[in-house]
Amino acid sequence: MSSKPKESIERVAIRFCGDSGDGMQLTGTKFTESTALAGNDLSTLPDFPAEIRAPAGTLAGVSGFQIHFSSADIRTPADHPDVLVAFNPAALRANVDDVRSGGMVIVNSDAFNKKSLLRAGYSEDPLPAIRDRFRTLEIPVTSLNREAVKGLGISSREGDRSKNFFALGLMFWLYNRPMEPTLRWLAGRFKGDVLEANTRVLKAGYAFGETTEVFPSSFVVNRAKIQPGTYRNITGNTALAWGVVAAATQMKRPVFLGAYPITPASDVLHEVARYRHFGIKTFQAEDEIAAISSTIGASFAGHLAITTTSGPGMVLKQEALGLAVMTELPLVVVNIQRAGPSTGMPTKIEQTDLLMAFYGRNGESPVPVVAAATPGDCFYTVLEAFRIAVTYMTPVIMLSDSYLASSAEPWPIPEIESLRRTDVEFRTEVEGFAPYLRDPETLARPWAIPGTPGLEHRLGGLSKQDQTGNVAYDPVNNERMVELRAEKIARIANDIPPVEVFGPERGDLLLVGWGGTQGAITSAVEEAQQDGRSVSSIHLRHLNPFPGNLGEVLGNFEKILVPELNTGQLTSLLRAEFLVPAQVMSKVQGQPFLIEEIRGRIEAMTDKKKSSKKKDRK
Amino acid sequence: MTSATAKLTSKDFQSDQDIRWCPGCGDYSILANVQRVMPELGVPRENFVFVSGIGCSSRFPYYMNTYGMHTIHGRAPAFATGIKASRPELSVWVVTGDGDGLSIGGNHLLHTIRRNIDIQILLFNNRVYGLTKGQYSPTSRLGMRTKSTPDGAIDHPIDPIAFALGAGATFVARTVDVNAPHLQEMLHRAHAHRGTAFIEILQNCPVYNDDEWIELEDRKKRVEASLVLQDGEPLVWGAEDQRRGIRIGDGIPSVVSVGADDPVGKGVAIHHERYETPAYSFALASLQRPEFPLPIGVFRAVEKPSYERSLAQQVTDAVSERGEGDLAALLHSGDTWTVDK
Ligand code: SF4
Repeated sequence: MSSKPKESIERVAIRFCGDSGDGMQLTGTKFTESTALAGNDLSTLPDFPAEIRAPAGTLAGVSGFQIHFSSADIRTPADHPDVLVAFNPAALRANVDDVRSGGMVIVNSDAFNKKSLLRAGYSEDPLPAIRDRFRTLEIPVTSLNREAVKGLGISSREGDRSKNFFALGLMFWLYNRPMEPTLRWLAGRFKGDVLEANTRVLKAGYAFGETTEVFPSSFVVNRAKIQPGTYRNITGNTALAWGVVAAATQMKRPVFLGAYPITPASDVLHEVARYRHFGIKTFQAEDEIAAISSTIGASFAGHLAITTTSGPGMVLKQEALGLAVMTELPLVVVNIQRAGPSTGMPTKIEQTDLLMAFYGRNGESPVPVVAAATPGDCFYTVLEAFRIAVTYMTPVIMLSDSYLASSAEPWPIPEIESLRRTDVEFRTEVEGFAPYLRDPETLARPWAIPGTPGLEHRLGGLSKQDQTGNVAYDPVNNERMVELRAEKIARIANDIPPVEVFGPERGDLLLVGWGGTQGAITSAVEEAQQDGRSVSSIHLRHLNPFPGNLGEVLGNFEKILVPELNTGQLTSLLRAEFLVPAQVMSKVQGQPFLIEEIRGRIEAMTDKKKSSKKKDRK
Repeated sequence: MTSATAKLTSKDFQSDQDIRWCPGCGDYSILANVQRVMPELGVPRENFVFVSGIGCSSRFPYYMNTYGMHTIHGRAPAFATGIKASRPELSVWVVTGDGDGLSIGGNHLLHTIRRNIDIQILLFNNRVYGLTKGQYSPTSRLGMRTKSTPDGAIDHPIDPIAFALGAGATFVARTVDVNAPHLQEMLHRAHAHRGTAFIEILQNCPVYNDDEWIELEDRKKRVEASLVLQDGEPLVWGAEDQRRGIRIGDGIPSVVSVGADDPVGKGVAIHHERYETPAYSFALASLQRPEFPLPIGVFRAVEKPSYERSLAQQVTDAVSERGEGDLAALLHSGDTWTVDK
């Protein structure tokens, strides 16, 4: 137990950064696990370099991991870290300008030699200037680490590898986090001297905090008051993969997932591939086109079919997706968006594929579109996508993004009984069967799968005759089929929840968001509301069709602002559909919105009403 | 099931759709022969799925009264893979052409064959694009004049058999649209094979490339122009009195005249479908007109694990090792914590 005083704080954001070989992601993940167990609300954001192995010590090779934790509600990984832990000059240079002014900077002083300064592009030692701006702690992490592993039968290279655990141990002490989860993990992972080295180093870091003069006190962040329940930490991609598994159990049909490796979607394939014992088949196809084509085949054969990709892969899938529209087969296509155009910035975030989801195919080809709002929400959104797909016999596009994919939040584990069940019904009745006869309510056609005697039929991409589905070039029939397919998708609006307004139902300004920006938008709106501004927000999960009450909600506000990480795609859709003067707040820097950016925009568009005090709202 | 299938005839496999191929197209004969063979395979009709891409040949599924999918250009093998991998009990047949299968769809054909998924792939080779009205295809002869090659094609053609062998095919055969008994025999063999069965069917397009295969189709000419492969038999062809044989020395084929002599004594190669190495089959695939007779029959038939069976086995093994998946256990795996009221 620490004998130094403990100072209580509400929240803190820490960013670990170093070379991609320094183990920053692991350090961040282990710190996150302990923080979750300490009962804080938290949000994390890893930041990987695009290159697998960029030259050591260069800016291109810097890898980072930010964690924000609090005793109160938080929704984002924080605009600015309060503490930066930098393992080398390049990491310092790439990150230090993000740190809150007056924040703390911890550097591995051993790494600040002439060679590495040069490699980072520093012509002189940056530390004197840093000392003026931040509370700067220069700790010889490399030598302290070597000291700790002395006498063990491991090479100096192996020994140096554990230095991230020294910093981790130190941060555990500084924020009073339990070390046990990490010690347990080490014991399960390593043996012999390597285990001993990592364990010693972790504890040495902890002890260093306790004994060194540089830290007069440690900090306590109390448990957050969060809803009772059992929690786990989850990233968007894991939640998505588990949602796919849940679809198999909740719909009692086997899943077939076809995918081609692409950043940042590959992790979903990796994760789902581990669950063959759920009857799930995964197929790594030869390309994006084969990935979706195989899933359409599996759908025809009666499986819950899903394909996962990112922007460039989505482009390649569109022709086959058009066939799924024409054949009216259920299918989920997940696009985990990344920065484009073309290869763009594969590990960075954008929301630039919304219009492609709507309009990326030839012909009149409507597809339902849903988007996840938080990492944990990816679980529910993919289940919803499957529900719509099988209920309406249609492909469904689910949008996620690279931020949701890799950031993590505490997730209340749902009771299985509370999860929606969707019954899948195959047509078996021969009497009166025609492949394109429709359910009068949903307009869904029957799902008649191979192996069913008497229902043999052919599906294809050629224009179809109403009801029989036979090839037909009759002009009036063609138009009718275009209308029927559109009407089927439009009717989904009757079957989705109305959009809920965060804040008053009417007012001066409404922010409309979709996808992974929910945390930043809601936080900014909440702050502005506390500031007495007339501002509310809505966040759209269903984008096509829009919820039935959306037009009415938009009409209750004087101004509409749409923050999106593109140049105005939802904005255009809202303007076209509802003839409202929606304005875009655009950002395409490969980075998520900062709360303060959105807040600044809200402040520019609203007045601070002095009369409206916090207490007389509600 | 057998009683139900025993009653089926080729008529049961004819759909009610009007057939839209040009008069005299080789596709008619292929369709009739496929419909003839289907009832003989012992498979319930509802378990057949015909999958095609785009092109004249790809209209095929519409005319078969089975389950079927007319998909997008070149991708039929990928659709078929999804069907077969998810439902191994189905009998899945891909119908493709030289443009659909070897040009836009070359990648899928390659990988589907490589995986050895247990489907039948019928590639109708007429050496021209029919549906788009007569451009040269990847199998067209060098110098072929078409609308898109008014001065003659300058790219080198690919041989479908060599392509399939190169992709590691476990079953490769060639047959001819109008040679009914041979075509039917090849369909039976392909169906019996466990793994990807690839058949090149030489097909006449009377509109854009008439008589491309006339030497193989004409009953008289084919005696001299084709070499019928038979497992365990020497590679001989030609009229009784002037038989010739193929000798393969150092992997290079050459022609020897045999006449009434014993072909083995003359060094003529004995055909084997089951060589582990594909080298022999490649040598056979290199036999082209007019220097050599064109072989028809089974070039290669070997056993390898098939994709869908291996995949199903992984599922079975996972269930027996880990028990049936439990969603609640999955969601609670790893580190969790409980917040009390
Ligand atoms: S164009 Fe040629 S291949 Fe096509 S249907 Fe006509 S004859 Fe047959």
